[in-house]
Amino acid sequence: MYRLAAALLASASLAAFAAQEPELATVLENHKFAPDRIEVPAGRKVKLTIENRDAAPEEFDSGDLRIEKVVPGNSKGVVWLGPLKPGEYKFIGEYNEKTAHGVVVAK
Amino acid sequence: MFGTALIVFREVLEAALIVGIVSAATRGIPGRARWIASGIGAGIVGSLLVAAGASALSNLAQGMGQELFNASILGIAVAMLAWHNIWMSVHGRELAANANRVGADIRSGARELSVLLVVVAIAVLREGSETVLFLYGVAISGHESSVPMMAGGAIGLAGGVAVGWLLFKGLLRIPLRWFFSATSLLVLLLAAGMASQAARFLIQADKLPSLASPLWDTSWIVSNSSLLGKALQGMIGYDAQPSGMQMTFFFAVLVAVLAGMAWARRRAEPRSPARAAPNPT
Repeated sequence: MYRLAAALLASASLAAFAAQEPELATVLENHKFAPDRIEVPAGRKVKLTIENRDAAPEEFDSGDLRIEKVVPGNSKGVVWLGPLKPGEYKFIGEYNEKTAHGVVVAK
Repeated sequence: MFGTALIVFREVLEAALIVGIVSAATRGIPGRARWIASGIGAGIVGSLLVAAGASALSNLAQGMGQELFNASILGIAVAMLAWHNIWMSVHGRELAANANRVGADIRSGARELSVLLVVVAIAVLREGSETVLFLYGVAISGHESSVPMMAGGAIGLAGGVAVGWLLFKGLLRIPLRWFFSATSLLVLLLAAGMASQAARFLIQADKLPSLASPLWDTSWIVSNSSLLGKALQGMIGYDAQPSGMQMTFFFAVLVAVLAGMAWARRRAEPRSPARAAPNPT
């Protein structure tokens, strides 16, 4: 009986946990992402907020993640990632590729 | 300067390929040059407006305005291309037969062209607004003075247009007998590819589940970040790691348009002996 209750409780809290998508953020300043290495849980949908503190607009672009999102200057953009298989997924700021780049690591 | 040129080239390329295909597909319809030019003009005006309203647009729909906007205009383009192909399945032979005469069905020709004007305008608007935002960003961050920036932009634009022009000229070399079948196929793939991209934006906005994602991974052959990948993405919606939902959209549009073409051809047949008389095949 205890075991069943424990199992129920565990699965209920797991369900509650799964319903809440992890939220992560990165900041773009002087055409650089910080952090530029973003670790996310594999197999889960993740919400990533990109805050652009530059005056210039930037396009968050990732062929690996299949995302193209323009983030205007001094504003925030939200993208949804995954669920991803474990691995590394590169992204760039397409308008300033030389400095604006990073990687999403799914574990 | 060359960085600017390359980025502008990449953005212009997709639109130029689409305009090249549409220009070829409307061969023989009177007045098409004017319609296509108007489509490009409308697209440029539209891209300036979209770029100017980028902040407002991205704040709509809980920050998903941009995705929903992209998905909607892609959806419109898919509908227009589908209509074109269904129309062409009835009128293509006629156009092939009368290629050098003024088309008999000018009125439906004008309707057909207004549909493709929308497709051209949407293609130019999508890529154009990104180009405008990029150039605006370069201008205000002051890394490059404005003269090399403008020069780079012009070189990139010219390069993209040249590729579209080469595709158009290349398509025109296809013998007339197969010409409309070939352009129909390209338009069909274009429509299906756009549907798959619309699905990608809806997934990105969290409005659709991705289903199995990715279904496969061919990024080791052609990556979506490469120029070839970009060109293929523009023309057939190539995605190195497509999701199940994208492929569902791709094949649903493919099958629906083919069915529409077959239906239109069957419906036109009872009347066709008289109409198709000048065309013995």
